[in-house]
Amino acid sequence: MADVIDVEGVRKRYGDKVALDGLDLRVGSGTVHALLGPNGAGKSTTVRVLTTLLRPDSGRVSVAGYDVLTQADRVRTRIGLLGQHAALDEELGGRQNLEMFGRLFHLGARRARARADELLARFGLTDTGDKQVKRYSGGMRRRLDLAASLIIEPEVLFLDEPTTGLDPRSRTEVWSSVHSLVGGGTTVLLTTQYLEEADQLADQISVVDRGRVIADGTADELKARTGGDRIDVVLRDASQLAAAVALVPLAADDVTVDADRRRFSAPVADRMGALTQVVRALESAGIEAEDIAVRRPTLDEVFLRLTGRSEEASEQDAARAREAV
Amino acid sequence: MSAVSTTSTRESGGGVAFALSDSWTMTRRELAHWGRQPVQVAVGVVFPVMILLMFGYLIGGGRNVGGDYIDYLVPGILALTMAFGLESTVIAVTQDLNKGVIDRFRSMPMTNGAVLVGRSAADMLQSAVSLAVMIGVGYAIGWRAHTSAGGFLGAVGLLLLFRFAMLWIGIYLALLAGKPELVQAVQILVWPVGFLSNAIASPESMPDWLGTVVQWNPMSQTATAVRDLFGSVGGESGHVLAAVLWPVALFALFFPLALRRFARLSH
Repeated sequence: MADVIDVEGVRKRYGDKVALDGLDLRVGSGTVHALLGPNGAGKSTTVRVLTTLLRPDSGRVSVAGYDVLTQADRVRTRIGLLGQHAALDEELGGRQNLEMFGRLFHLGARRARARADELLARFGLTDTGDKQVKRYSGGMRRRLDLAASLIIEPEVLFLDEPTTGLDPRSRTEVWSSVHSLVGGGTTVLLTTQYLEEADQLADQISVVDRGRVIADGTADELKARTGGDRIDVVLRDASQLAAAVALVPLAADDVTVDADRRRFSAPVADRMGALTQVVRALESAGIEAEDIAVRRPTLDEVFLRLTGRSEEASEQDAARAREAV
Repeated sequence: MSAVSTTSTRESGGGVAFALSDSWTMTRRELAHWGRQPVQVAVGVVFPVMILLMFGYLIGGGRNVGGDYIDYLVPGILALTMAFGLESTVIAVTQDLNKGVIDRFRSMPMTNGAVLVGRSAADMLQSAVSLAVMIGVGYAIGWRAHTSAGGFLGAVGLLLLFRFAMLWIGIYLALLAGKPELVQAVQILVWPVGFLSNAIASPESMPDWLGTVVQWNPMSQTATAVRDLFGSVGGESGHVLAAVLWPVALFALFFPLALRRFARLSH
């Protein structure tokens, strides 16, 4: 199957700041692909290039089989965009917004109206359809924004940090909407700063840093490369930390100990198995634990593994580069 | 890369029918904004009325314009209102550019520039309404047009033509500046340009050099021609051609500049 998104060696600079530094990306049809990286890594710039909003300085970019530079209009009739900030007319009502976008997709007045009603119903906004968007809550606004990006049932849907700034409930809503879309065969490219989100939604993940892709793979592959899941154990008594670490049958070379918080953390391969083992080992040694949790590695840990720099340091790099402009 | 830099904009849209329907959709959007913000619209209409009354009764009272001052002033203020429309255009376009919705428009297969055409159509409508109100107020304070229906319509046409040229200058300036902070600079600039004209005072009452500047101001051409067509004080024949050519030339310059600038938002 041909790639729905095909990006080769794309570069874009703003003055001195290199936003994209030879980025390559291929996304297969019907898959959900995540671009994972810290602020300033080039995720949004990539989305803007792919959605015809921004011209790269060089490189080749095709979306849905069309070149974004020379066939922008063909691309535009096949994509939906949920940007980082709400792309809605705040003064108008929700229904007015969707109708307007429908007309601009040349559905004609009647179909635009029908489509607006349909989408309002689907996203639970029928009752608030006439309210001005500026009076919407953050979650409602995001749902309307998502509805607006689905007017034409796009072949490729771009979601730029779709859940940033949302409360947990709205986040779950957006996630379930994305899940249901994928069932319909839409290819999705999403950007995120959260490994958990990429893990939840994406089949494939590309880790982006300083304008290039530094690692590719499924969530499991990446986790394997970056040390996989981790177990965090908090003890009642900090003086028992060393004894506990010695007891626990884990890959001891990558255990971090934080005495102030009475906590140690270690990578695990088998989530459930490790949990049971740790609980049993501590119990039999009579060491009391306050909290034991298995979790995904954070983006910071992934970054540390892949780049040797923490995510924070990488963001600082990006901020410095921005200031230099 | 530079060889393909304008291709995407040329490809946008699918012919005249789409261009028209997209522009109409964008005009409807502006009209829907009016429905949501009636107070703001009313303030926009009332402001020039206040200027008219202020000059008519407070400031300009004793001016020597070679006839009745109100008779001289009303067509002048009509022209001034058209010039000041530039300011509201700049504000509206700048606000739009800094909203996320413009990204959605630009990622959709709509005609390049339909956003701008919609803005200009709505602004023209607003100006027509504003003109009608101003002329009504003019009549209420004793101004009369001493002319035929044709002359009257011709005068209104010249005023709207002038507004149309100002509008596209405004769109271009807004696209050029882009930032709300720069709107203020434009707002301040509009005043000397507006008042360095014969709208309020006759150039004959000014120092020679200033009078010359004022007479060359395209707005003075419009004001003089409009006074001529209305049969008002200060009208001189022979200015109608200039009052047509100036706005047409300004439009011919700034319309393509604005479209090009809009397409270059992707750079």
